[in-house]
Amino acid sequence: MKYIDEFRDGELARGIAAQIAREVRPDRRYQFMEFCGGHTHAISRYGVTDLLPPQVKLIHGPGCPVCVLPIGRVDLAIRLALEHKVTLATYGDCLRVPASDGLSLLKAKARGAKIAMVYSAADALDLARRQPEQQVVFFAIGFETTTPPTALVIKQAAAEGIANFSVVCNHVLTPSAITSILESPEVRSLGTVPLDGFIGPAHVSTVIGSRPYEHFAQEYAKPVVIAGFEPLDVMQAILMLVRQVNDGRAEVENEFTRAVTRDGNLKAQALVSEVFELRRSFEWRGLGDVPYSALAIREAYAAFDAEKKFALETRKVPDNKACECGAILRGVKHPRDCRIFGTVCTPENPIGSCMVSSEGACAAHYTYGRFREIAVQAA
Amino acid sequence: MNAPIKPGYVRPLDLKHGRIDMTHGGGGRAMKQLIEQLFAAAFDNEWLAQGNDMARVVLPPGRVVMATDSHVITPLFFPGGDIGCLSVHGTVNDVAMAGAVPVYLAASFILEEGFPLDSLKRIVDSMARAARDANVAIVTGDTKVVEQGKGDGVFITTTGVGVVDEAFVIGGERARPGDAILLSGFIGDHGMTIMSTRESLAFGADLQSDTAALHGLVAAMLDPVREAMRGDAGRGIHVLRDPTRGGLATTLNEIAGQSGVGMLIEEGAIAVRPQVEAACEFLGLDPLYVANEGKLVAIVAAEDAEAVLAAMRAHPLGADAALIGTVTEDPHHFVQMATRFGGRRVVDWLTGEQLPRIC
Repeated sequence: MKYIDEFRDGELARGIAAQIAREVRPDRRYQFMEFCGGHTHAISRYGVTDLLPPQVKLIHGPGCPVCVLPIGRVDLAIRLALEHKVTLATYGDCLRVPASDGLSLLKAKARGAKIAMVYSAADALDLARRQPEQQVVFFAIGFETTTPPTALVIKQAAAEGIANFSVVCNHVLTPSAITSILESPEVRSLGTVPLDGFIGPAHVSTVIGSRPYEHFAQEYAKPVVIAGFEPLDVMQAILMLVRQVNDGRAEVENEFTRAVTRDGNLKAQALVSEVFELRRSFEWRGLGDVPYSALAIREAYAAFDAEKKFALETRKVPDNKACECGAILRGVKHPRDCRIFGTVCTPENPIGSCMVSSEGACAAHYTYGRFREIAVQAA
Repeated sequence: MNAPIKPGYVRPLDLKHGRIDMTHGGGGRAMKQLIEQLFAAAFDNEWLAQGNDMARVVLPPGRVVMATDSHVITPLFFPGGDIGCLSVHGTVNDVAMAGAVPVYLAASFILEEGFPLDSLKRIVDSMARAARDANVAIVTGDTKVVEQGKGDGVFITTTGVGVVDEAFVIGGERARPGDAILLSGFIGDHGMTIMSTRESLAFGADLQSDTAALHGLVAAMLDPVREAMRGDAGRGIHVLRDPTRGGLATTLNEIAGQSGVGMLIEEGAIAVRPQVEAACEFLGLDPLYVANEGKLVAIVAAEDAEAVLAAMRAHPLGADAALIGTVTEDPHHFVQMATRFGGRRVVDWLTGEQLPRIC
């Protein structure tokens, strides 16, 4: 596959791996957090860690939109579908997120709720166009990457006067989450999670550009290398981070130059700010309430805001006590440190959100990495 | 004087514009007519001609193998096939995976009221063709009609009977550490074809289902090892399975669990067509988990792997066959894969349905 295979080449990977091994100092550790679920998935799927020297450790960050979705928001979606009888359209990953009372959107569907899996916001709007007598609500999730398409369909619905369409907006912001991690006591004062740098988001950065990360590099003295989602991108970014650490630099570097510029996609940014405004605070699973970390629909488009249209309230629901998703999302714990990982909590029966999406740290480890814990002998 | 009795005139089935209605399942004349003019006419054999609710058959010598499979595919017609031939291939292949020669099929139809007869005829003709090509006879069957909205056009269940040499024990529990894992060709063709034709996912890739009957290939694979297998149960083919729903990954995990072994496969050895790879990439799917309908996995004693692989490659349905890995000793029954990238990972069971990634 052109433009893809080039970034998955094993020969080149071995070359970069050898270079990383040559450049790491034997006496120190390099702990890098890959913020995005896309990176987590690529690292697990291609076995990137097998190519790294023991000094380099990767910590999975909270950049999986499904994983940070609090239970209360999923409950709200389920109530909308079951009680208000709307057609609830959402992305596939959302369907299995565990909610209260042993429910999930998929299980609500089995109880008669109208749940439609869509591949894009535009598909959800199409659904509303096709069945004008039925209320269609798009349950929008995601970071800055999926926000412009949601803004676009809200504008389109307004322009066409589609009255049976609305959106539950759960869009969250990457920079606020990174700040929250850097400000957390484990990283700041306790030093239990030494972070030496970040592999910066790929698709998110195509929208917001590399500029927003300059603040972290300066303020917290942490290097950031923005990287694409292909395994060679990740390897190259790790090499660049190792070099920054060795040189004592803390800069924003861009490995993903084929798609990311310093300013990002200005058109998309304008679209987003026309339709959305900052929420004062939003709950993240694992991080708790994070100030100014999410978007809400502006008053001008209130007719398309399902939370207002159906007078919905988000009820806070605590996570399962045994679940370590919170600590895992902050990089404090590894999935194997969780008592219920792989026993009570599995991809078939997820207790915590990190087990739901293939981008979640637990699901990725369960699906691709479990064997590392066990000695396996070939015959 | 009695008037002479006129022979009753029955208007023949309108196979062009007619539709299934409730009377076609009612047990009366309409049902008899549907069976005679459509099913029996197409499947055409001595057993159906007898008009019984069962078939009395004679089986060739050997151990009897039975399998049954229901087919509920949407859309009913797709590039490379339709529910008709699929319902024959699916069951023929299940029987063939015991190393058996399929001989007879039973077919059961659940039809939805309002289903066009011309579509039903296309499906039945396709079944008849597939059965003839596979040299199996559809000897008995059943038809039921459900109200509109209670079915999705047509559901077909087929049951197959075949026979296998008494000495051959081919089954999922027989993989042994050291065995070779062979795959008969490109993976993911059927699943991605179906995905591409679904209304909301029309990405128009140049794809075709691989649906095919595999017993011919199986017979060809057995030929070079037949004698060895009769003499020594450890030789030859240990396991055969067609990786349908859940794809290659699921099939390998099933076998690993049944046999209590692990597996190590080589990503670079698994053939995926560029258009399947591209469509998977686009939808965030993994071809290892995508369904096939004309491929098989064979687990073979190491010493016979070369001969069986050569026989596969000499058969049209196995031209792209390859050795993709080996069976290992592993109390956890993991299927592991050496990635093309140079790492290793677990190839796990499919979780839920394969869901696309979103970011």
